[in-house]
Amino acid sequence: MTEQTHEYKVDALIAEDIDAYLSKHQHKTMLRFITCGSVDDGKSTLIGRLLYDSKMIFEDQLATLSKESKSIGTQGQDIDFALLVDGLAAEREQGITIDVAYRFFATDKRKFIVADTPGHEQYTRNMVTGASTADLAVILIDARQGVLTQTRRHSYIVNLLGIPNVVLAVNKMDLVGYSQDRFDEIVAEYRAFAKSIGIKEFTAIPISGLKGDNIVDRSTGMDWYYGPTLMAHLEEVPLSDRSAVERPFRMPVQWVNRPNLDFRGFSGTISSGAVRPGDAVRVVPSGKTSTVKSIVTYDGDLDAAVAGQAVTITFNDEIDCSRGSVIAAADAPPEVADQFETTLIWMDEAEMLPGRPYILQLGTQSVTATITEPKYEVNVNTAEHLPSRTLKLNAIGVCNISTDRPLVFEGYEDDRTMGGFILIDRMTNATVAAGLVHFALRRSQNIHWQAVDIDRTAHAAQKGQKARVVWFTGLSGSGKSTIANLVEKKLHSLGRHSFLLDGDNVRHGLNRDLGFTDADRVENIRRVGEVARLMTDAGLIVLTAFISPFRAERQMVRDLMAEGEFVEVFVNTPLDVAESRDVKGLYKKARAGQLKNFTGIDSPYEEPQAPELTVNTAAMTAEDAAEMIVDYLLRD
Amino acid sequence: MALDDRQLTHLQRLEAESIQIMREVVSTASNPVMLYSVGKDSACMLHLAKKAFYPSPPPFPLLHVDTTWKFREMYKLRDKAAADAGMQLLVHHNPEAQEKGINPFDHGSLHTDMWKTDGLKQALSLYGFDAAFGGARRDEEKSRAKERVFSFRSANHRWDPKNQRPELWSQYNARKAKGESIRVFPLSNWTELDIWQYIQLEGIEIVPLYFSAPRPVVERDGLLIMVDDDRFPLREGEEPQMRSIRFRTLGCYPLTGAVESTAATLSEVIQEMLLTTTSERQGRAIDHDSAASMEKKKQEGYF
Ligand SMILES: Nc1nc2c(ncn2[C@@H]2O[C@H](COP(=O)(O)OP(=O)(O)OP(=O)(O)O)[C@@H](O)[C@H]2O)c(=O)[nH]1
Ligand SMILES: [Mg+2]
Repeated sequence: MTEQTHEYKVDALIAEDIDAYLSKHQHKTMLRFITCGSVDDGKSTLIGRLLYDSKMIFEDQLATLSKESKSIGTQGQDIDFALLVDGLAAEREQGITIDVAYRFFATDKRKFIVADTPGHEQYTRNMVTGASTADLAVILIDARQGVLTQTRRHSYIVNLLGIPNVVLAVNKMDLVGYSQDRFDEIVAEYRAFAKSIGIKEFTAIPISGLKGDNIVDRSTGMDWYYGPTLMAHLEEVPLSDRSAVERPFRMPVQWVNRPNLDFRGFSGTISSGAVRPGDAVRVVPSGKTSTVKSIVTYDGDLDAAVAGQAVTITFNDEIDCSRGSVIAAADAPPEVADQFETTLIWMDEAEMLPGRPYILQLGTQSVTATITEPKYEVNVNTAEHLPSRTLKLNAIGVCNISTDRPLVFEGYEDDRTMGGFILIDRMTNATVAAGLVHFALRRSQNIHWQAVDIDRTAHAAQKGQKARVVWFTGLSGSGKSTIANLVEKKLHSLGRHSFLLDGDNVRHGLNRDLGFTDADRVENIRRVGEVARLMTDAGLIVLTAFISPFRAERQMVRDLMAEGEFVEVFVNTPLDVAESRDVKGLYKKARAGQLKNFTGIDSPYEEPQAPELTVNTAAMTAEDAAEMIVDYLLRD
Repeated sequence: MALDDRQLTHLQRLEAESIQIMREVVSTASNPVMLYSVGKDSACMLHLAKKAFYPSPPPFPLLHVDTTWKFREMYKLRDKAAADAGMQLLVHHNPEAQEKGINPFDHGSLHTDMWKTDGLKQALSLYGFDAAFGGARRDEEKSRAKERVFSFRSANHRWDPKNQRPELWSQYNARKAKGESIRVFPLSNWTELDIWQYIQLEGIEIVPLYFSAPRPVVERDGLLIMVDDDRFPLREGEEPQMRSIRFRTLGCYPLTGAVESTAATLSEVIQEMLLTTTSERQGRAIDHDSAASMEKKKQEGYF
């Protein structure tokens, strides 16, 4: 319901005085925004329209667009604006957005980077990717549909990530007769929801992306609307720069710069505050202090640098500082802790497993972290808290996390750089979660290790042996317990001190509260690992016989032990062989569906990739296997 | 000026972002390399690398995957720029393409496939590079607009656009399995205009072909092609003419269309760019294929 031509348009100043134009352009502010909302609400179409109406589309691109619209578009002979942003072959075939697209444009007033995010729940992690760097979110609603689950999920994420400005774009007004009543109804519905999740204010605009109403040009069909067009709003909305410069100085060290013996500088991007030569600084977590000697850049030394600048700092003293350290104002250093309450957005097909070690990356720090206590999952429709032991793909929840080393951090609300982190799976290297630090749990600071006089070496020396953990892993019925028993008998007759931890003696006591879900299996192995570790402290040779189906947990136990102390023995019996033996009749039950989550049947077994020893029970007797293992253990 | 009022300009922010990305790669990759194609984007990327690691020289080599068909002025600047930066320059020629005499006149798209796509894969495997910087920008083309800053490649260099890692804030997950590698795009968020303005503000040296001058050209298939050396087989009736031309983008000379222009200074070049109504890559023969062609090329390992 608007009329105009769409030839590519340029600012008149460019032709008149290019240098004046460039200097003006250079000082325009920049707004990063996203479009989000439910499937098919018209996000991609809207961006296409925004570019088209602001005359940002080159002639050749326009020609391609109208050609493609006819052949693969969803609009018959008319232009399908979504094709301007949906750039992947799979997206164009299916007429949906899969991954976030970034588009760049500028008007007389501002520069923009817009990220068009996918509406499908399946691709939420891509929406999160786009949202993490945005200053403003345009949340679309299809006027016929009203507020949907994905509208709520995206709104929740927008608020969670702290995007300061929200626009509610009620789209497809052309399909509801440009009705003010319908618009008011939707705005009221959204307002109630927004309030319940903590969105304090938003700007609502009735639009039609397809027809171009209230995008760049004012609609002629909605004279009841007096507010700004979407473009006018984007150009005018005030940008809060989150006052990073006003907070105390912090710079996470990325790289140590050592071109020669005379120069040692620390390179990084200042995340908050400002720094000047002579300033007193503290390196966290070590706590060492010094003063800034110089702020070095390619363009010469600086007399000051502020948040956002990438610089290299040198000190007046030789103090320890490396990647992962944070250089901070000496009198206002950031907190350090190893236990936190956090919110996680789970982004992997494999669900979250409490107790499993993940890599946590925050700023330039990288540590091992485990989720110690999942507290609740958030129902994105109602903001209700649901008790949950785990988080599945796209779920959002609050969890306590503990790290193997102290972490320097800020609350996410104050500082995205030092309060936002990702979790990485150690086996697949996938980014499995985005996390936001709320605060540190004080508890840990009061639990100090009791220093003991008789240490682990003394314990082992008294027994005349080296402490070890011999970790048997393999399918149920593969022969782990049989072989472990034989090994223990042999060790015993050789005068060695050992102890056998077996599924049966542990599951009846220590782990009696655990079942066989993936999460419980992880916790089972974690506890066994901790017990085994205490026993090695006592100088024992510990034998364990657990299926322990997951690589990650076996790796976790390995990491608990000293180098060379963990001996992984893979009892390699093929499934059909173990099943035909079926000593305990368990396979039969599992096949009959009476036993759930049975390894090898409906729960996976991940074979070791580099075990210290492999026993092939089809080719070797249990006796020979035990002999081989004892030889290995007593070799040195 | 009080520190609190110090607002970084957009270009200063982009510069800082690129520097952060480069430092991240150097801290996490075991054997990084910078792909250097001698164009204006490469020139900016190299300049940013000098800034990122100063006073150290950038701690990685430059790699030029050459086709032997670039403009002569490009080879000249390439060698000079590497020497000025104090960096090692590796030049790779696909031996198979060399042996078969693959050229843009007789072999069509095979020329790009073998010299560039295969050549790049060969070079990365040959030297065992696990991270390669590229100068691509998201504003160049639709499938680029979808790509992450840290973009993963399988052991056989393939890109899986439907399964990219989430990438939050400025937090990059650089972990990879053995054999996998990453392509890193520090200029992802720069636009063409940003690049030109940066070149102007920083005084970065670029190949003179970007500026207009009288040069010998023939008109062929709607493109103005410069006759840069005597390997150019002239067709019946073709005679090179001196015309005032320049290039908006640089590649293999027989495949790169020139534009008629009088823009001889940076300001004029930028002005001309801003006044044209066609997109930048039009002069490049390779991009005339279907819209999905770039995605396919990239899946197969083209940068
Ligand atoms: N009538 C009408 N149709 C529209 C409007 N905006 C979008 N559409 C149509 O709605 C359909 C979906 O549009 P898209 O832009 O692909 O939706 P999207 O929100 O980007 O979808 P996903 O990214 O896959 O979640 C297309 O057929 C559009 O043409 C509008 O304002 N009015
Ligand atoms: Mg879309």
